[in-house]
Amino acid sequence: MSLKSFPKPSELPVPAGAEGWEKIYPYYLVFQDKLKDAEDAKFWFCDSQHWPTVFKPFETIGGEFAVKCLGQYNARHLMIPNANGIEFRIHLGYLYMSPIPVPEEKIAGRVPHFEQRVGHYFQNWDELLRQWHVKVRGTIDEMETLSFTKLPDMVPMEDITTGKAKDGSEVLLENYDRLIQLAYQNWQYHFEFLNLGYIAYLDFFNFCKDVFPNIPDQSIATMVQGVDMELFRPDDELKQLAKLAVELGIQPAFSNTDDVQATLDAIAVAPGGRRWIRQYEEAQDPWFNFTVGNGFYGHDKYWKEHQEIPLGYIADYIRRLDEGQQIMRPTEELIAEKERIVGEYRDLLDGEAQALFDAKRGLAATAYPYVENHNFYIEHWTMGVFWRKIRELSRMMHAEGFWTEPDDLLYLTRNEVRDALFDLVTGWGVGAEPIGPTYWPEEIERRRGIVDALKTARPAPALNTPPASITEPFTRMLWGITTEQVQQWLGAGEEVEGGGLRGMAASPGVVEGIARVVHDSDQLAEVRQGEILVATVTAPSWGPIFGKIKATVTDIGGMMSHAAIVCREYGLPAVTGTGSASTTIKTGQRLRVDGTKGTVQILDAEEPELVAGPGTHSHSHA
Amino acid sequence: MESNQYIQFFDGGIEPTLEALGGKGASLVTMTSAGMPVPPGFVVTTAAFDEFMAAAGITGQIQDLLKGLDPQDVAQVDKISAEIRAGICSKPVPQSLRAQTLAAYESLMSRFGDAVPVAVRSSATAEDLPDASFAGQQDTYLWLEGAKAVTEHIRQCWASLFTSRAIIYRLKNSIPTEGLSMAVVVQKMVNSRVAGVAMTLDPANGDRSKITIDSSYGVGEMVVSGQVTPDNIVLDKVTLAIVSEHLGAKHAELVPDRSAHTLIEREVDQDRRARRSLSDDELRAVAMMAKRAEKHYKCPQDIEWALDADLPDGENLLLLQSRPETVHSSRPASPKAAAGGFSLGSITASLLKTSA
Repeated sequence: MSLKSFPKPSELPVPAGAEGWEKIYPYYLVFQDKLKDAEDAKFWFCDSQHWPTVFKPFETIGGEFAVKCLGQYNARHLMIPNANGIEFRIHLGYLYMSPIPVPEEKIAGRVPHFEQRVGHYFQNWDELLRQWHVKVRGTIDEMETLSFTKLPDMVPMEDITTGKAKDGSEVLLENYDRLIQLAYQNWQYHFEFLNLGYIAYLDFFNFCKDVFPNIPDQSIATMVQGVDMELFRPDDELKQLAKLAVELGIQPAFSNTDDVQATLDAIAVAPGGRRWIRQYEEAQDPWFNFTVGNGFYGHDKYWKEHQEIPLGYIADYIRRLDEGQQIMRPTEELIAEKERIVGEYRDLLDGEAQALFDAKRGLAATAYPYVENHNFYIEHWTMGVFWRKIRELSRMMHAEGFWTEPDDLLYLTRNEVRDALFDLVTGWGVGAEPIGPTYWPEEIERRRGIVDALKTARPAPALNTPPASITEPFTRMLWGITTEQVQQWLGAGEEVEGGGLRGMAASPGVVEGIARVVHDSDQLAEVRQGEILVATVTAPSWGPIFGKIKATVTDIGGMMSHAAIVCREYGLPAVTGTGSASTTIKTGQRLRVDGTKGTVQILDAEEPELVAGPGTHSHSHA
Repeated sequence: MESNQYIQFFDGGIEPTLEALGGKGASLVTMTSAGMPVPPGFVVTTAAFDEFMAAAGITGQIQDLLKGLDPQDVAQVDKISAEIRAGICSKPVPQSLRAQTLAAYESLMSRFGDAVPVAVRSSATAEDLPDASFAGQQDTYLWLEGAKAVTEHIRQCWASLFTSRAIIYRLKNSIPTEGLSMAVVVQKMVNSRVAGVAMTLDPANGDRSKITIDSSYGVGEMVVSGQVTPDNIVLDKVTLAIVSEHLGAKHAELVPDRSAHTLIEREVDQDRRARRSLSDDELRAVAMMAKRAEKHYKCPQDIEWALDADLPDGENLLLLQSRPETVHSSRPASPKAAAGGFSLGSITASLLKTSA
């Protein structure tokens, strides 16, 4: 097998109409001509798991904060002996990453620091995690206090009499800076425990692979994963509300949930409706700070502001309850099964090995749930508030004539927004017109054209020549980027019998059914009972869908991706990280999904297809 | 048909006793109820033998014939043995007992589409015969078809209590002839579609968290003796997920030839060679049975199993033999884990190992 390569960044064609795309992003985020040799020598993989679609300029904030903060915990806080952070670039609108190793000769020197730091966290886990909740909540509360209101025509008299001597524009500027800083702050907190959770998991993982050679990854995940986790809480709240609605007999009020106000009004006047509304309002704080997206895009919809989404899910649960279906997750059975699995593996060991198994599993079971639960607090809650405030600012500036659409701020980088704000307060302060309304609408139109053009192409799964083997532990764990996966993308992987796709065996079981391809969360309503969900990537808030479907297939994601976790929870087969299921499979095709082997067969394809990762079709198949 | 005093089905749900069923019969019932289904059948209990002997009224006569017999005088022992056995075989079986035996046979046959051949074998209670394997080896009648052949051979099994070897054994060991009894097992002949072996560990490294299955077409003999390359599948013992699988060439199979009462070898066609001989469900069933055998016998097992073509899916997996796995299981159960107990050092080692 000859060593194949992915394209170099410069070899990827720029979609028509996207020329000059580099300039819409900050200079430090794009590949540099002067660094071409160095950058081409590195292997970059596309993180389309978190950033499946093209960034608008403002949206790079999530990628920048997240990946920077992930890195700082490896490289500066925890001194992970063999892994620094991850370099990242935006290319043609998508995010590419390249892990930075620690030079061989420096590894040993980092070990004592690593052990001291990690030891502190593991020994004080509960107390430090308690503080984490306080810190994160504090950040969110402060974010909520920030506002972006129109400046007054005249400074209030009170500011004259008190000698305040400031015009209020400083509040606008400070609030913007503070909002950015608070987002940055919670992204730092986001990674305070995340890497540790993965370290504990990895430690148990390696131990298991040692004592039970070739133990399936699924088994290890099951032994460590929480069953009743906060990730499922918002969905559980909706189920409880559906149960209450059935109990009260107010199902008719849910006939048209797209009309939120009419629905809530109808409920309020129904017998027992007030009780339902009370429970509904209680559930909102904080559980409706939940997005159908993943928190990284300005267009992500949050339940709180789009109540037709949770109300629609509730209506669907009500229908299923009325049909006599069981909607609650089989938590007790899942716990019993988890205990059986832990117990049986444990019984295979004795003496010292058994004691080690207990200790390592214990640590992983303590630390790993953070990995599952943090998501609600940062991606959903923090970012929900963040994007709401950004939209508030965008609308205010839209009203000042800076742009033509209410959310057009997203076409500016975050530092350009600060410039535009200063432009606004200057014009207002001096009593003249700001420049922005003349400058931005045309520039935004140009950028909108570029972003739309970039969206017409899928990203390449990776760039340049991959290393002979991928060893960096976090890359393997978080992104499922393994040597085998890369070979698969290059079309050199083992073929699936009868044609089809191969991915991670993320949740066991075999089913056949009809495919429903979903490219974004707006299409979720199309999913019918008993279909197989095929998606680029799934989000935790798609929870209610998992009660309807038979299996899940994703393009992106590993053993610990949302789809994998949720499918194991619901007892549905899942194959993740297939690379191209959502572009290869068409809605309506009959599939056979084998979540035990990690294969997907298209049963009624005209000819068997074997496809590698997105964007590589022409490249990897000579 | 319900089990009763004279007839006990393997899956009849009655607590087996050695006195009623003999060693072999009791073991077959125990295995069946422990989820290790052996080829189906029933035991004609020692009570049936006792009833037959009482009705035949020859017990006193037999005692007389054996009295003063010299175990060294083989010719005389042979003569007496033949006389006793001829006597037993000439006596009629009491009508009600015969009716019950026939009903049991019909009930067994009704489980299959067509009547199938059975094996009839003696099942001695431990003290009466030299050893179980002796009894099993000597008094097994294969490929029997029809009620007449079956009842005939049941009586022959009864008579086998008085083979020369059995008589000499009892004389030498001063085992009294009074109270001697014998149970008889009637069991379906296995009509193996797919068969093989399974071990409740990975023989490559002794890893006990795996189940290793070798599987090929026809009866398992060719797998056991290495005449074919079987499919080899390794499953995780806890979750039964497939860890690895290799398709074997499986070029030939041994299948029963009913008319010739023997096995014939034939080629396996390309299609069947190219696919795994076990479906996913069948694979799971074999693994679960191996796991149950290990749990029952409390040590790693090496089992022989077969899928019977005459039985419906879900009931067609049969356990032919289970014995302790001795080669690999003598190693310590858990491989030596990273020494030094749990410490941050072991976490560091674990992290560094990934990039080694």
